[in-house]
Amino acid sequence: MEASVMSMPSLSSPSRSGLRLIWRGSLFIGLLMPLWTPLKAAPEGPKLGVSITQESILPLDISVFPDGTGLPPGKGTAVDGKTHFEALCQGCHGVKGSGGDAEELVGRSPLSGARPDQTVGNYWPYATTIFDYIRRAMPLNAPLSLSNDQVYALTAYLLYLNGIVTETSEMNATTLRAIQMPNRDGFYRVWGNGGR
Amino acid sequence: MSPTPTRPSDDLVPVAGGGLLDRRMFLRQGMMLGGAGLGLLAVDADAADFPRWMKTPGGPLTNYGEPSPYEKEAIRWISANAKAPGHGISWTPLHRLEGTITPNGLHFERHHNGVPAIDPEQHRLTLHGLFSKPIQWSLEQLFRYPMVSRQCFVECGGNSNAGWHDEPIQTPVGYFHGLVSSSEWTGIPLSTLLDEAGLQPEARWLVAEGADAGAMNVSIPIEKALDDTLLALYQNGERIRPEQGYPMRLILPGFEAVLNVKWLQRLQAVREPLMSRNETAKYTELEPSGKARQFTFIMEAKSVITQPSPGFRLKGPGLYQISGLAWSGRGTIRRVDISADGGRSWAPAALQEPLLSKCFTRFRLPWRWDGSPLILKSRAIDDTGYQQPERSTLIAERGQRGYFHYNAIVAFAVDSDGSLRHVYA
Ligand code: HEC
Repeated sequence: MEASVMSMPSLSSPSRSGLRLIWRGSLFIGLLMPLWTPLKAAPEGPKLGVSITQESILPLDISVFPDGTGLPPGKGTAVDGKTHFEALCQGCHGVKGSGGDAEELVGRSPLSGARPDQTVGNYWPYATTIFDYIRRAMPLNAPLSLSNDQVYALTAYLLYLNGIVTETSEMNATTLRAIQMPNRDGFYRVWGNGGR
Repeated sequence: MSPTPTRPSDDLVPVAGGGLLDRRMFLRQGMMLGGAGLGLLAVDADAADFPRWMKTPGGPLTNYGEPSPYEKEAIRWISANAKAPGHGISWTPLHRLEGTITPNGLHFERHHNGVPAIDPEQHRLTLHGLFSKPIQWSLEQLFRYPMVSRQCFVECGGNSNAGWHDEPIQTPVGYFHGLVSSSEWTGIPLSTLLDEAGLQPEARWLVAEGADAGAMNVSIPIEKALDDTLLALYQNGERIRPEQGYPMRLILPGFEAVLNVKWLQRLQAVREPLMSRNETAKYTELEPSGKARQFTFIMEAKSVITQPSPGFRLKGPGLYQISGLAWSGRGTIRRVDISADGGRSWAPAALQEPLLSKCFTRFRLPWRWDGSPLILKSRAIDDTGYQQPERSTLIAERGQRGYFHYNAIVAFAVDSDGSLRHVYA
């Protein structure tokens, strides 16, 4: 890129975004709070972003949502998960997910107790989070190295160790999103409720 | 390093217990003290044996400067996982710094799996989901966009979490409360990019993802993304350092640091949050009832005295300057009060201008210590009227197991030998 081009942002013409804000502002003044927050005076950019196809995003998009959006094809049970766990995870998380150097992965003690561990079993509100997190972040020494079947199997194993599914329950895109975690209703939102 | 005492002068009137003096005193006295100092120097100069650094040429020019070798103690302290050296935190040494800008090499760190070595040529920022079109930028393209600068603090939601413990830990202030730093950030208002991609009205959250090992992800409320969120490319004038998110990170002024996603590579616009591990298992606060607070984004007002503070020792009775930092994720610091009698009486500190919203504010107050044991405290009040709570009040409200968002008043006991220690008082 030419240096002279870089140092010349388009400041000469009045910003269209600025004009739009004024228009929206006058529309809303004196009316009810808009449900949709109008864009603030976003400075207008040179619009150099490159459109890409939905397909090209698929491999990048590893987000998994509570409603199951993003869960890939694949399956696994706690029986397979145990094998993977012993090979790949136990060194840090301990035998059966307890007593290692890294986070405790198992525990069902009540959350109102004195100093409860906050684990997958008694704290995590959604089972889809286990999949989302293990696939992107674990094992710590080799993230993004597991196959989808391995992630389903490891998720099944952690659910099994926490007494949420049986050893032979198959976890896949349909069954995983249907799991009701014990602490599903254990959270309340502060943001958006005017609270501190 | 300890503040150097000077001779007390008789016309200084205490304004609160424990020897706190009028906040305007240093301004009034400045001229006189300066004059006395010069007189002394003039006498000494004649007989001086000049120091060796005046008798030999100094060191060469450097491509990138470093602090004086005598400042070896102004460093981050690291607490990392023995099995994974990139997984941990390092604290800003607040007790070794003055002013309101944190030097880039001392900005606190929290990495979930190390600092990625990102090649900027290969890095892309992708927006997809509830936009009219998925869209992607290279760094080269982004550098053509209009940028703005703002100073603000970035504070980890877990800062000061040792305060929940039953006994105070004894450690310098920075290694207790230093998961907070303040910088000037320069970058592109995120709304400019959201606008270009055609953000859809039904989008309520953006799932932000980093390009680190672990692809750290978290959901950001759309109101904040459209308000003052920056896609930051520079920190204190230079390109953001690798440990702060090179080549780009989000800055959400006043929001807990985990949402200020480093190494940003992807923003996905959605209706409902992702419920990622770092917005469910972590960065939520369990209350005594067994329920947990979630999406507690805003860092409430807080203050801490940085000098004098634990680890330093007062060199006898005399005049000192109390100095510290205050900040609020809701806006501007309106007042900071200091107490030298454990909270019985308070005196307003002088606030260093300019007072910036969601930014470190430096406060100072002259103090004449008479050598007797006492308790120092500071409390911040922001422009919403919110006052930093006493520890007992915070715990009565939240219990002690929330781990995150500890912002109670910090207290130090000064002993008669001049030493200081953390206390709950
Ligand atoms: C090298 C050590 C190491 C290995 C191997 C490892 N983990 Fe982890 N794991 C960690 C650490 C450390 C954390 C905490 C990470 C953080 O806080 O960012 C963690 C966090 C987790 C969590 C989240 C726990 C919580 O409560 O937040 C889960 C689930 C998990 N690991 C599963 C696994 C699985 C499954 C494997 C094997 C595929 C695995 N881990 C392998 C070190 C490891």
